[in-house]
Amino acid sequence: MNFELLFQLLLNGLIVGTLYGVVAMCFVLIYKSTQIVNFAQGEFLLIGAWVCYAFLVEMSLPFWLGFLFTLLFMMAFGIILQMVVLRPMIGEPIISVIMVTIGLSIFFQAATKWIFGATTASYPQVFETRSINLLGMQIETAYIMSFVISLFIMAGFYWFFKYSKLGLAMRATAFDQQVAQSLGISVKTVFAMSWAISALVSGIAGIVIGMVNGVSSALSVIGIKVFPAVILGGLDSIVGAIVGGVIIGLLENTAEFVDGQYLNWGNLFSIAPFYVLIIILCIKPYGLFGTKDIERI
Amino acid sequence: MAEPARKTDTAQPMLSVNNIEVVYDEVILVLRGVSLEVPQGKIVTLLGPNGAGKSTTLKAISGLLKTEDGEVTRGDINFMGQQIANGNPEDIVRSGLFQVMEGRRIIEDMTCIENLRLGAYTRKDKGVKDDIEMVFEYFPRLKERTGLAGYLSGGEQQMLAIGRSLMARPKMILLDEPSMGLSPLLVKEVFGIIEKINREQGITMLIVEQNANFALKVADYGYIMESGKVVLDGTRDELLNNEDVKEFYLGGGSEERKSFKNIKSYKRRKRWL
Ligand SMILES: Nc1ncnc2c1ncn2[C@@H]1O[C@H](COP(=O)(O)OP(=O)(O)OP(=O)(O)O)[C@@H](O)[C@H]1O
Ligand SMILES: [Mg+2]
Repeated sequence: MNFELLFQLLLNGLIVGTLYGVVAMCFVLIYKSTQIVNFAQGEFLLIGAWVCYAFLVEMSLPFWLGFLFTLLFMMAFGIILQMVVLRPMIGEPIISVIMVTIGLSIFFQAATKWIFGATTASYPQVFETRSINLLGMQIETAYIMSFVISLFIMAGFYWFFKYSKLGLAMRATAFDQQVAQSLGISVKTVFAMSWAISALVSGIAGIVIGMVNGVSSALSVIGIKVFPAVILGGLDSIVGAIVGGVIIGLLENTAEFVDGQYLNWGNLFSIAPFYVLIIILCIKPYGLFGTKDIERI
Repeated sequence: MAEPARKTDTAQPMLSVNNIEVVYDEVILVLRGVSLEVPQGKIVTLLGPNGAGKSTTLKAISGLLKTEDGEVTRGDINFMGQQIANGNPEDIVRSGLFQVMEGRRIIEDMTCIENLRLGAYTRKDKGVKDDIEMVFEYFPRLKERTGLAGYLSGGEQQMLAIGRSLMARPKMILLDEPSMGLSPLLVKEVFGIIEKINREQGITMLIVEQNANFALKVADYGYIMESGKVVLDGTRDELLNNEDVKEFYLGGGSEERKSFKNIKSYKRRKRWL
């Protein structure tokens, strides 16, 4: 057995998995506060990556400025999307809202292809790419950067929901909208802000992946990988989203290893997470971290 | 000091509800002309049986009616010189009027302190930390509970709900059935604290209750509602001495009440009404 390859793949899995975790958190954020299943989450990454590309390449802005403008753009994008498209859907049947987000996903796919073309583009070199040696394994600096940024975002989420006023208000709204209003919280603001934060953080994830793999419509595939991650973790749990993301990342790479070394079926890595998802849901229907209401006895 | 104050406050009550009519879902008429007044610094209670429209009256005042598809279709509500009927709940909270909803309604997946900090959501000043301490002084047992609020006992949750309202630094609190589901001993404790808060913080209160015994102990004035209308009102003493109130709301305080015959007649009369 090729242990070196296995460890290398597991390390990759961990790094990619934390990134899945970040996107899964964004998905859960929207689901928790607005009860909307956002099928367009992957396209948020796509838009973030392309907009940043436009700032950096077409307008030749320095990286930090282009990055900052992209964040502002994504924030405004999230708010406007919520206000214009999703606010009027409040109170409509769940299935209608789901159809709307699927529609958005298709629309953004098409729109980015139309505006930016269908070929893969790459960012100007921002960081020096080289491999460093960690415990005998080769890791590219870009991967390390991605891992560090993911951890940073997770810590930011933790702080935001634990200590910031808006974060508490978002949790309160997720728990009980009427009570939130009785406390003077504007549910409209909370909804708009959850879309804004979700779009912004997804945009960062899109840029990070874009730096490693280049920018192309393949980015939105993450939006699909996020489903096993969030369902695994429990749709309403942020911690679960992270754990689910990491598990999916590890699974993919283990499947890749087994497939490459023994089975030679090809592409096992992309379906393995879904098989495991089904098995776990048979055992724990609410996901690993999904909560039912606290019952007081 | 209390007596002269009583005479001057006839001028302009802090809150006045004038002949309001409330309709849910555009068709269900629930309040049919309710009027009441709450003078500054006082405790006023609103009593009545299940379904009388007490909670609806409070929600009409706090604006939460909107969240249930209800609307004030007639009359007006005046709070400190402002018209607030059909206003936004957020604006009304910001103007200093805070409702503690029926059934406590704390955020169960948060700790006590997080719940308290949420109460201060509309505030911008730096005094939130001190106010958390102030709430813990009124409700010392909350301080020891560091876990999730969902695991608190019913009484502690009610205390947290009241404490959370204090965090908003309101001028007036609307309390909906604070005694609900609590043992008589706890009800006594909670009402004692409510009275203390009113006295020390000068916060005006409108308390909805089914437990008239306790409510009238702390209230200065009371209204009694039945099927969407105020049927009786008066000062605490007037209500305490009113025969009908004694019979229907105070569980008949007099000695004869204990005889079997009278209980039967009480039941019979209730059915006639
Ligand atoms: N959201 C709503 N939609 C429709 N009807 C409602 C709504 N809320 C209350 N009602 C009706 O309005 C009437 C008064 O209800 P309300 O809750 O105000 O009574 P209450 O006096 O607070 O009673 P309780 O003591 O049981 O709390 C009831 O008949 C109730 O069915
Ligand atoms: Mg009620």
